[in-house]
Amino acid sequence: MDSTRRDFLFVATGAAAAVGGLATLWPFVSQMNPDASTIAAGAPIEVDLAPIAEGQDIKVFWRGKPIYISHRTKKQIDEARAVPVASLPDPQADQARVKEGHDQWLVVIGICTHLGCIPIAHEGNYDGFFCPCHGSQYDSSGRVRQGPAPANLPVPPYQFVSDSKIQIG
Amino acid sequence: MSGPSDFQPSHPALKWIERRLPIMGLVHSSFVAYPTPRNLNYWWTFGAILSMMLGLQILTGVILAMHYTPEATMAFKSVESIVRDVNYGWLLRNMHASGASMFFLAVYIHMFRGMYYGSYKEPREILWILGVIIYLLMMATGFMGYVLPWGQMSFWGATVITNLFSAVPYFGESIVTLLWGGYSVGNPTLNRFFSLHYLLPFVIAGVVVLHVWALHVAGQNNPAGVEAKTEKDTVAFTPYATIKDLFGVSCFLIFYAWFIFYMPNYLGDADNFIPANPGVTPAHIVPEWYYLPFYAILRSIPNKLAGVIAMFSAIIVLAFLPWLDSAKTRSSKYRPLAKQFFWIFVVVCILLGYLGAQPPEGIYVIAGRILTVCYFGYFLILLPLLSRIEKPRPVPNSIAEDVLAKSGKAMVSAVVALLIAGGLLLGGAQNARAQEHQETPPSVKWSFSGPLGTYDRGSLQRGLKVYKEVCSACHSLNYIAFRNLADAGGPGYSVAQASAFASDYKIKDGPNDQGEMFERPGRPADYFPAPFPNEQAARASNGGAAPPDLSLITKARSYERGFPKFIFDFFTQFQEQGPNYVSAILQGFEDKPPAGVTIPDGSYYNEYFPGHAIKMPKPLSDGQVTFDDGSPATVAQYAHDVTTFLMWAADPRMEERKRVGLQVFVFLILFAFLMYFTKKKVWANAH
Repeated sequence: MDSTRRDFLFVATGAAAAVGGLATLWPFVSQMNPDASTIAAGAPIEVDLAPIAEGQDIKVFWRGKPIYISHRTKKQIDEARAVPVASLPDPQADQARVKEGHDQWLVVIGICTHLGCIPIAHEGNYDGFFCPCHGSQYDSSGRVRQGPAPANLPVPPYQFVSDSKIQIG
Repeated sequence: MSGPSDFQPSHPALKWIERRLPIMGLVHSSFVAYPTPRNLNYWWTFGAILSMMLGLQILTGVILAMHYTPEATMAFKSVESIVRDVNYGWLLRNMHASGASMFFLAVYIHMFRGMYYGSYKEPREILWILGVIIYLLMMATGFMGYVLPWGQMSFWGATVITNLFSAVPYFGESIVTLLWGGYSVGNPTLNRFFSLHYLLPFVIAGVVVLHVWALHVAGQNNPAGVEAKTEKDTVAFTPYATIKDLFGVSCFLIFYAWFIFYMPNYLGDADNFIPANPGVTPAHIVPEWYYLPFYAILRSIPNKLAGVIAMFSAIIVLAFLPWLDSAKTRSSKYRPLAKQFFWIFVVVCILLGYLGAQPPEGIYVIAGRILTVCYFGYFLILLPLLSRIEKPRPVPNSIAEDVLAKSGKAMVSAVVALLIAGGLLLGGAQNARAQEHQETPPSVKWSFSGPLGTYDRGSLQRGLKVYKEVCSACHSLNYIAFRNLADAGGPGYSVAQASAFASDYKIKDGPNDQGEMFERPGRPADYFPAPFPNEQAARASNGGAAPPDLSLITKARSYERGFPKFIFDFFTQFQEQGPNYVSAILQGFEDKPPAGVTIPDGSYYNEYFPGHAIKMPKPLSDGQVTFDDGSPATVAQYAHDVTTFLMWAADPRMEERKRVGLQVFVFLILFAFLMYFTKKKVWANAH
């Protein structure tokens, strides 16, 4: 028997088995991803800002994540803008974290960038957020100022539908 | 598993491990160097097929458990969301549900093979008994798995089977209460069945290890039934047996894939697409096909306790087979009488299976009793007698000699006989459907039938309109969300169109910050709202009969196809009983019942409804719904379109399923060919 022809057959069969095995693996991995109803439930939400008084903040949930919406006071805004950006652990200007013309509204995902705990609003030394788990502190713009957290609280995708209503997502 | 090995790895790191844990030597001696008789036929590949099936069932089962909710009010819905929403959930669920049937089919062939070739005889008694234990565990596991979807058959199967234990004198009731964890089958029962259904497969895997261990101690039996004596009689497990087993597995996968992708509900029961209802028992309670022979034995005995004892004895008697059959010759090949009686016994089992699916009345009861006597007679009278009176033909001196004298003819005829018989048994379950004398719905030509069938988009859109304007006044569509209208393989609307469609609906939401419920426009993620707030309200508004939810109606209704049609159905992939029935009901109303038929007040005559008296008034009339595309505004058109729509609602992933199925089939057939030639090449050295 021609040995190269036999080798070819063995290689072809082995390759087909490998391809089939890998293709079979895909559904078994893919099923772990969010299912269609979870994805549909993660659609954008609208939040009415009218009931939130100055100095107050609310927590809403979007895709299972807590979103802090703070109606900041003049003092909080000034504090956030007074600090030199270059001195921050994760340098970012306050203007880049709010929507222009809506400077009083801070919308951030309330999940500590250290290990995922929920920081408490209006606590800590910077008039912002304090994470009780490992002591990270964020300022009134949600930027990390102190502690083990490596980055600022992320700003979720959102836009103003009207002056008193935002759509998150 | 057959003692110490002389295997020595060459790499120093592997050597280091091997000195401390000789696992490579174990694998090498058990699955590489292990000598297997060279005359094994393809019936022996079912051992490998069973190992694969056990592995696949555990793998798909663990995954399904990630998405399933074992709670009485949510179990049915969670299974539906697995097949509708989870990525490839339909595939995994079909693999698992059809996998159970394939597992049992393979185990029956494996057992019959063991019986034919006397694989239970000395020194393989323990090996055989371990096999019987595995089979018992499989039955328990399969039964509890069938309960988990919490459909009507799940619930009533659980009720009937657990009630078997109430036959135990004195303690019966207490045992049953203990099994249920309540005063009836309910949430605690479902919870414990889920727990045990998850546990038992691992127990099976453990006993399989013992089974394989015992096999490797005694060595494999073979078609000649003579022990391997010299090296000439055997070949190494790898590559010879491995490659042959893999070829067998690849052929079996083709058969298995036919069910997964094209006939997922062929072996199931339409009633199990109706959520469990403790107040209504389905007209015909039948177990899954693999329990039918034992179910027939149970029903053949008119006494409750005796029936239960007979049923369990029918399985337990297998464990005593090594002592009931004391013939010295192992293989039935050399036992002219035993061979014939073996095939009669196979037919008895299949006929019992057929009877198990028939209603327990008339000739079926008498036939059941005769066959039950035959079943036990085979083990308790015939085999002991045969081993004393039968004069066997001489067996070959060695396996090598058997190989030289081999002829393959008998094998082929046996395969054909078993395939036909298997088809009969599989189809037996189909016959369990309603036996009422009524018109069979006419077979309609559907765009979605056959291996390449797809939904007619125009028909789906028109059907949606009919549902929205007519059916939705009384019938809910609980499992369909507005977003589904934009899904691939659906009515073909865009996401924006689906959103616009949703916003026409008012959806109850809440509570808001004031703690009150409120209404808002629908969103794509919302489900079609139900017309009635609860079942009681639906019942009260509809003359005492709650209009059923329509999401699964085309799967939850069926009719008997009869023998031999159901066998052809398997090959032609006919599975449109549901749509045929729904379409026939919508068109089967008559203003005046035919002479001699009286219909009670508040009911209407329908030619195709079981019993003819339906509580639903004639829902459709010509001109009731106007179509934008100029399709005729006739009842026939409405019925066709709304049935197509409801078929999609019941099986929204059908197009994906058939598309993937085609790819899998092309691959598997090519792969089986490659395996065949590879096997031939490998074995060329052995002859």
